[in-house]
Amino acid sequence: MDLKKIIEVKDLVKKYGDFTAVNGISFDVKEGEIFGLLGPNGAGKTTTLEIMETLRDKTSGEVLIDGLAVDKDSNEIKSIIGVQLQAAGYYPNLYLVELLELFGGLYNVDIDTDEMLGMVDLKDKAKSKYKDLSGGQKQRFSICTTLINNPKIIFLDEPTTGLDPQARRNLWELVIKIRANGTTVMLTTHYMDEAEYLCDRVGIIDKGRIITIDSPDNLIDKLIKDGFTKKREQKLASLEDVFLNLTGHELRDE
Amino acid sequence: MNSETNKTNQYSQIRAMLALTKASLTALFRNPSAVVFNILFPLIFIIVFGFISGGSFTIDLAIDSSSDKNNPVIESLSQIKTINIVKDKSDEEIKKELSKGRIDGLIKVTKNPSGNPEFVAELKTTSASPERGAILKMMMAQVIDKQNLAKNSGSSSFAELKEQIVEGRKFKTIDFILPGQLGFSLLSAGVFGTAFIFISLRQTLVIKRFFATPVKKINIIIGECLSRLTFSMMSSIIIIAIGALFFGFTLVNGFATFVNMLILSAIALVVFLGFGFVVSGIAKNESSVPAIANLITLPQFLLAGTFFPISNFPEWLQPVSKALPLTYLNQSLREISFEGATILDVLPDIAILLAWGVIVYAIAVKVFKWE
Repeated sequence: MDLKKIIEVKDLVKKYGDFTAVNGISFDVKEGEIFGLLGPNGAGKTTTLEIMETLRDKTSGEVLIDGLAVDKDSNEIKSIIGVQLQAAGYYPNLYLVELLELFGGLYNVDIDTDEMLGMVDLKDKAKSKYKDLSGGQKQRFSICTTLINNPKIIFLDEPTTGLDPQARRNLWELVIKIRANGTTVMLTTHYMDEAEYLCDRVGIIDKGRIITIDSPDNLIDKLIKDGFTKKREQKLASLEDVFLNLTGHELRDE
Repeated sequence: MNSETNKTNQYSQIRAMLALTKASLTALFRNPSAVVFNILFPLIFIIVFGFISGGSFTIDLAIDSSSDKNNPVIESLSQIKTINIVKDKSDEEIKKELSKGRIDGLIKVTKNPSGNPEFVAELKTTSASPERGAILKMMMAQVIDKQNLAKNSGSSSFAELKEQIVEGRKFKTIDFILPGQLGFSLLSAGVFGTAFIFISLRQTLVIKRFFATPVKKINIIIGECLSRLTFSMMSSIIIIAIGALFFGFTLVNGFATFVNMLILSAIALVVFLGFGFVVSGIAKNESSVPAIANLITLPQFLLAGTFFPISNFPEWLQPVSKALPLTYLNQSLREISFEGATILDVLPDIAILLAWGVIVYAIAVKVFKWE
């Protein structure tokens, strides 16, 4: 079955003066997919994401979000997407429950704050301030705010950067749970294990251009077929598996 | 598709804006420095000045235009250091100021047609300044006694003293200090409040996250301003109420005066918020805010008649005072509270405040930064 294209990016270009941050990239994201943009720092991932989120103007090209053009229908788009920004803070001096109410007002939706916080395991932190949360809790709260308007698509910009292995795994499970509810997830990362675990398809981007798009499995198979072999023999477990086996999967600092 | 368009049509910017106002106000009340600067500071000044009576003691005495001006009585009185002879005022002005206690007494010395005593000295004092009036009367009685003795001619005396007390309201230190403190509190709330919050929201990307919601940019600003306005109105109510209840602050027409003061405060705050936007646009980061903000507030704190009437300043400094927006707020607040003026009576002052508002917001639009 061919799924509906919920995001369509065609020949997208973004220039800052003489510098070309995004140099003619095209890709589609299908409804219900977890799609990852991979690439080193400065490859243009965040810029591409922010253009899709209507936070940044494009120089040329076309971006459609659920059939709406980013340069014409930005307000309609904003009400059907959820956005988690890299390193964004929240209004100072407010409790989590008050922050959710604020976003409820900004999105014009009535929300059950208890249920929202329960979904990301932060029910007991309702009366805490954002700055007092651990790294993993902060990211989970950020993702919680993206779900307020019951969006069709959520955008996550490097959601696990800086988290310990337990918190990363925990966040992966959350992303999978969100997708299971029918939400399309578009994320950026520079962790390949994360992309391999989470993403149905990935686009690898470097110097403002997309180099390849496919499912992680296909990309690996293709490489092997071309005769690639690892310098070191791959073992059945990794050091991270050792670490998690020794320290457990439970979240820390909570 | 159709249901979506419907949904966006129903989106209420007002609801989004009010959510922001509520959040900002909650945060404001949780921020100790906002409470300290806007409410506690002015109250401390009011209490300090409420208890110490300010400065040197002088008695302002006016001379009636129909008076014999070169009379020895007037000459002797003008040699007394405590007495300040008021000049260049019309009878009408003198009458007004006497009833407010700004002039403590009015003297008129005329020749007595019957010849004995030779002169009649009439002194008008005011119930608005009873202590000074009483001292003035004593001084005059002494002066006349001396002249009588000097004449030393038994039956006929030099002059006779007649006294009359004009009804007036007593102008207390608090009546001067409280409007000044209120004005300054509004200025600092406006400048510091918006400057810090917008820089901090910008740097921590809070604003950027707001941009990802359907709320319009202008409503983010209006929401913040509404919260500052609410907060400042609350602190104004507290300052005026405490002044009136515990320190005898005069509200001439009672509640109506109170309401007029609040309306004026609201107008002034909106103007002052504009200064805050300018500061938040100019300042590179939070740590450079105080320097720039103090540059705007401190001169006004000192020169706009917050603590002393601007007529006390040397003449070369007065044009500076008369250019500052806070001067006009302080001046009109005092006219409303003590002289019973209404908002309409102080329109010229408001016009100058608003002119400042136009200038400041024009600059703010140029320098304000979202990112």
